Amino acid sequence: MEELINKLKAEIIEVLNLEDISPEDIEAESPLFGEGGLGLDSIDALELIVLLEKNYEIKIENPQDGKQIFFSIQSMADFITQQKVA
Amino acid sequence: MNNGLCISAHCRIKDNSAALNGETVFTLEEASFTQFIKALYRDQKFEYSKFFKMDNLSKLGFAAAEILLSNADDKIMGEEVGVVLANANASLDTDVKHQESIADAKNYFPSPSVFVYTLPNIVIGEICIKHKFTGENACLISKSFDSDQLFEYTMNLFNNGKVSSCLIGWVDCYLGEYDAALFFITRNNDKKSNFESERLKSIYQNCS
Repeated sequence: MEELINKLKAEIIEVLNLEDISPEDIEAESPLFGEGGLGLDSIDALELIVLLEKNYEIKIENPQDGKQIFFSIQSMADFITQQKVA
Repeated sequence: MNNGLCISAHCRIKDNSAALNGETVFTLEEASFTQFIKALYRDQKFEYSKFFKMDNLSKLGFAAAEILLSNADDKIMGEEVGVVLANANASLDTDVKHQESIADAKNYFPSPSVFVYTLPNIVIGEICIKHKFTGENACLISKSFDSDQLFEYTMNLFNNGKVSSCLIGWVDCYLGEYDAALFFITRNNDKKSNFESERLKSIYQNCS
């Protein structure tokens, strides 16, 4: 899980062009959107959906699930792990 | 003829160099556009993290506007500021990147953050958001810098009371080649910098 979390951090920094942020700056449990986290926006959310499809071959069937899946790096990692088992 | 308007400031970014009113403010030898614009951002301390999410055209226009407006009057009313930009390649630099991401049906992953920049007027939006400009704006396409076109369009905005100041100019980039020449037009009876098509042309041709 630790390895997946670190991989996700690196991928998100690259895909979202978070120039001034390093993997160490991102807390796995911190919210990705809104205040107190990375402050991502709606376009970033779409980019994260593409990231899951492209790098993990996971398609989000129900858009309503997005809020929970993309809450934090940890929740993304949990979702990916769960999908791989299923 | 004095029309009561003047070119209060001008900025040029080209050939790895940025200049304000003809004075070089930053230069970086032997660098790609990506390297240059990132170094310019750091050097000029823009401190606007969304900059790194922008496409090349927006980065270029945004950087030129930041430098141009660095000494602008604090009393500028955002709702009365217009923006009129022109270029030759529209958003082609980003259009090509988007096209590449959808060219292969087996590897079809268009990037939303690239797609949102596949319009030439997004650079205007980025400048307006940063500076809270909500006046009239326009994005013009021409083969090369056309001072008459910019002058006439801008005069029309002033004459119709649409703006009290206007950021105008040329912001063009494609495949690593880039050129930005921005002018800030304000109401002022300064004969030395009277707003005229010939003066725009002269500054564009002589200030690099």
